[in-house]
Amino acid sequence: MTPPPGSLLAAENLHKVYGPTTALDGAEFSIHPGEVVAVMGPSGSGKSTLLHCLAGIVTPDSGSITYGGREMATMGDGERSALRRSEFGFVFQFGQLVPELTCVENVALPLRLNGTARKEAERTALTWMERLEVDDLRKKRPGEVSGGQGQRVAVARALVTSPRVLFADEPTGALDSLNGERVMDLLTDAARSTNAAVVLVTHEARVAAYSDREIVVRDGKSRDMERIV
Amino acid sequence: MSIGHTLLGLLESGPRHGYDLKRAFDEKFGHDRPLHYGQVYSTMSRLLKNGLVEVDGIEAGGGPERKRYAITDAGITDVERWLATPEPPEPYLQSTLYTKVVLALLTHREAADILDTQRSEHLRMMRILTDRKRRGDLADQLICDHALFHLEADLRWLELTAARLDKLAEVVTK
Amino acid sequence: MKAGHWARDLALGVRFAFSGGREGWIRAVLTAVGVGLGVALLLLTTAIPSALSERDKRESARDDFTYTGKVLPKAGDTLIVASTDTTFHGADVRGRLLQQEGARAPLPPGVATFPAKGEMFVSPALKKLLASGSGKLLRERIPYRAVGTIADRGLVGPAELAYYAGASGLERHLAGGSVERIHYFGPSPGQQQDGLDPILLLLVTIIFVVLLLPVGVFIAAAVRFGGERRDRRLAALRLVGADGRMARRIAGGEALAGALLGLVLGTAFFLTGRQLVALLEVRDISVFPSDLNPSPALVLLVAVAVPASAVLVTLFALRRVVIEPLGVVRTARPPRRRLWWRLLLPLAGLGLLYPMIGQGNDNGNFNQWMVIGGTVLLLVGVTALLPWIVEAVVARLDSGPVSWQLAVRRLQLSSGSAARMVNGIAVAVAGAVALQMLFAGVQHDYTKDTKNDLSRAQMEISVRGDVPLSEVDHKLAGTEGVRKVTALSLGSVGDGPKNPATELEMAVGSCAQLAEVARLGSCRDGDIFRIVGDQYGGDTKKLIAPGRTLYFDPAYDGVSSHTAAWKVPSGVKTAAQREDPTGYERGGLLITSGALPAAATAGLSQKVYLSLDRSVADADEHARNTAAQLDPLANVYTLTSSKQSLQFRSIRTGLFVGATCVLVLIGASLLVSQLEQLRERKKLLSSLVAFGTRRRTLSLSVLWQTAIPIALGLLLASVVGLTLGAVLLKMTGTTVSVDWASVLSMTGIGAAVVLAVTVLSLPPLLRLMRPDGLRTE
Repeated sequence: MTPPPGSLLAAENLHKVYGPTTALDGAEFSIHPGEVVAVMGPSGSGKSTLLHCLAGIVTPDSGSITYGGREMATMGDGERSALRRSEFGFVFQFGQLVPELTCVENVALPLRLNGTARKEAERTALTWMERLEVDDLRKKRPGEVSGGQGQRVAVARALVTSPRVLFADEPTGALDSLNGERVMDLLTDAARSTNAAVVLVTHEARVAAYSDREIVVRDGKSRDMERIV
Repeated sequence: MSIGHTLLGLLESGPRHGYDLKRAFDEKFGHDRPLHYGQVYSTMSRLLKNGLVEVDGIEAGGGPERKRYAITDAGITDVERWLATPEPPEPYLQSTLYTKVVLALLTHREAADILDTQRSEHLRMMRILTDRKRRGDLADQLICDHALFHLEADLRWLELTAARLDKLAEVVTK
Repeated sequence: MKAGHWARDLALGVRFAFSGGREGWIRAVLTAVGVGLGVALLLLTTAIPSALSERDKRESARDDFTYTGKVLPKAGDTLIVASTDTTFHGADVRGRLLQQEGARAPLPPGVATFPAKGEMFVSPALKKLLASGSGKLLRERIPYRAVGTIADRGLVGPAELAYYAGASGLERHLAGGSVERIHYFGPSPGQQQDGLDPILLLLVTIIFVVLLLPVGVFIAAAVRFGGERRDRRLAALRLVGADGRMARRIAGGEALAGALLGLVLGTAFFLTGRQLVALLEVRDISVFPSDLNPSPALVLLVAVAVPASAVLVTLFALRRVVIEPLGVVRTARPPRRRLWWRLLLPLAGLGLLYPMIGQGNDNGNFNQWMVIGGTVLLLVGVTALLPWIVEAVVARLDSGPVSWQLAVRRLQLSSGSAARMVNGIAVAVAGAVALQMLFAGVQHDYTKDTKNDLSRAQMEISVRGDVPLSEVDHKLAGTEGVRKVTALSLGSVGDGPKNPATELEMAVGSCAQLAEVARLGSCRDGDIFRIVGDQYGGDTKKLIAPGRTLYFDPAYDGVSSHTAAWKVPSGVKTAAQREDPTGYERGGLLITSGALPAAATAGLSQKVYLSLDRSVADADEHARNTAAQLDPLANVYTLTSSKQSLQFRSIRTGLFVGATCVLVLIGASLLVSQLEQLRERKKLLSSLVAFGTRRRTLSLSVLWQTAIPIALGLLLASVVGLTLGAVLLKMTGTTVSVDWASVLSMTGIGAAVVLAVTVLSLPPLLRLMRPDGLRTE
């Protein structure tokens, strides 16, 4: 199956084995700019591995991943890291904010990693924190804010470099419904406003409902529900 | 819930008497609401008229209760179509979905596909509700949330069922 | 009843320490190894004084010098001993020739029977050396047949090279300094016990303090290994109903378990180390394993203090920690550290040391307790000041690259634990800097600058007079590796045959040889010179008057001599003074060989200056062999530009070895806590890598995180070390000067430890940064 034309990020026939477990067994994926795609499936189905492969964090055993027409397998580790710094953004379920840094420093971190001067990085960070309505937390450390606030800080950090693809792995997994909803509202709004594509790994239907379409992963195989229906 | 499709599905495993059909139905799906004989005969005569079943034989003694029914090719296609068509997302769907899943298992069809198709349909509905909610006022939000939570419950049940398909297959096909 | 609670909770803690599955075991063993290493070092250090005193005892038990200057009469219980000490490849060989005179002559310790002439008893180490290929040259010098082994009680250490050989005819040499008639082995009654002098004692005392303090600090750190996991376990205990105090006691019990296991391991390490010590030889000093016996009181102290302090340290560490059922809360913002009481400690230390300033060299018995107390307070002051300084400095650090920011922010949140990690290093370095400074200052007292001119000669040999000068000259000149021989006969002339009022020194040799020790002007064989310009010039002028009768080798009471009369001829020339190769400017009389009356030769001894060809392997060993052939009692000195007291050298070596051990030990504990901390942050590290953080950035931040507190620690250590050094120098009455080289080398070792810790923690760090940490499924 060739990726549909115009896709920003596409994967074909991915295989990945961790020791005795097969995480991916011929998975496919594609996403267009500005599109929000939910990756669903039961626990252990390979959702997260698919996300890690797509983001270039993990190299698949076989299969191809193209981003903007470039084959990821041909990139070195440094190049993929640079890609993640500048083109991708990440939101995880847990443990992603550096506990020692203040919230604004956390949000500014990706810009700083790209070489932006500190003052400027923190200024940009603050505008994103305003958009996510957490600018009043800028001096606080992650340990001093609530889960929902922390997750919004994490979303701000993921978006601060204006990435073209935002990877979110169970972004509301640790939140209650109301906070989860709020994070999803802000996340999808912000992503749509910058025309960023969002790869949203979740097992919650109400979170997946923020997507444009969903992909189901089961036993390492993916089903693109739109193409089937 | 479509009793006609259910009875058709039950016939797929082999010709049965009307009485047998009622018993099989009650046993597998009718825990709280057993079928009346009248329902069975009226449904069967409608299916007969539409060419989805045919009379396989009549046992001595006569009377409608002595007829043995068999499914026709058109009937199989009809069951097929019904199973593949997702139910419109709505609360209290489980009995239909359950019936579909069990029938799929009984007839050795891919039950997981039914679940995926249904989830996709549910998500379509939930996207609409989510979208309406985000645009709407508080009242809209609350109403949409109610529906969303019910739909989510369906889906959760679906996921759970999907996770237990193997076990269910063992139980229903024995 | 209260005690019952304690016992129950501690026991529970001990059980928890070992029942936490594989992880629990690893943590307990880690703690135990840490404590064990500390305990072993503690035991070893406490055993050193006893080892040294055992050594001293054996050494004085074999003393064979009477220090009377008089020759005993021959009797049924006398023995003549001649010292034939030599050096081989830089190692000292103790040699004695024995001549039994009576049936009741004393046997030296460790020797079963008197060896016959041509036979010898050897120490095991010498036996091995002689049997080895590298001992070939030494076999030529010690040509006796080994008939027995010297037992341990006759040796100061297992590596000592020593022999006792049988000899005859030694009575002819009794007048010389190295041959004595004795009737017992052991210290002579008139001899002052040659104990460590007060300044050396001060040094040794401070070395102990300096080495033991960091070990204490280290043990304190070791019982806190695995703190974060323990916190979670404690929280779980609270959840099932333990109250806060119980939880604390249980934590104490866990530390106790590690400490107890550590004691066992420490004893094992010590016993193994003790055996290994026998294989070690530090600058000619070796110790028998059986000598390393810590005194029972100290052992008991260690056995009680280590577990007790483990419990106390844990309770102390948890004082600001609230253990809640749902987790451990460190009181959010610990109160700002206050400076005043932290300053009190070092100031009190200085106060204790101050009264002893200037008690220096005169007779200086320092009050040991005040010295120890003052030093301990000053050094403990480092551990009190460091957390404050780290906190104060880190709070002011700010901008910088991301790696720097990550490290600084982490330090700002937990400056205390960072300071704790480097406390040990800081104390060790502060102490070592102070000691090095003290060494550098006192060095002049113990290192004598010699006036030796190494460009003219590198070896000096004294041979008895009955070996003809020409033979000495000829044989040595023909020896492999000898470039030039300056051989002189030395003697004296007096104005009377017995107990002369005035005596002049005298040298005999060829013109060329005499020119090495005086400026002669023109010289032919047969000339006689008198040296002018020295402080005894008046005597010389008076005595060397033509026609005057002088006496070679005048006799003195109780000493045999070969006195010969001589009439000063006319035509005595004058010569000016010149330094000989050892820097000595002689005066008196110079006689060319042709002008010396034959009767005078008997009273002379031969002195030879050798210039060696260093490119010839073992040139000095060949020269020593030739000297021993010429005269077994010949004395050979290698000329050096300076001489250090042997005691001093070994103390200094001890310090270096000890300080290095302590720093390595602390480095190991730093590594362990670093790795533990990294494991705790596995998820965070993975997520940082996910959004594109360079591995270099994270590695650098780990480096900064260790380097910043250590840099501060080293800075403080240098300041305190220099202060303590200055005070100690003042105490010994030496001028205060800073020995920057040693400051740099000690801080350099400290910095090397940081680097090593960082480098060693990189492979696990890189492994932890792999994306596996992100997997939640």
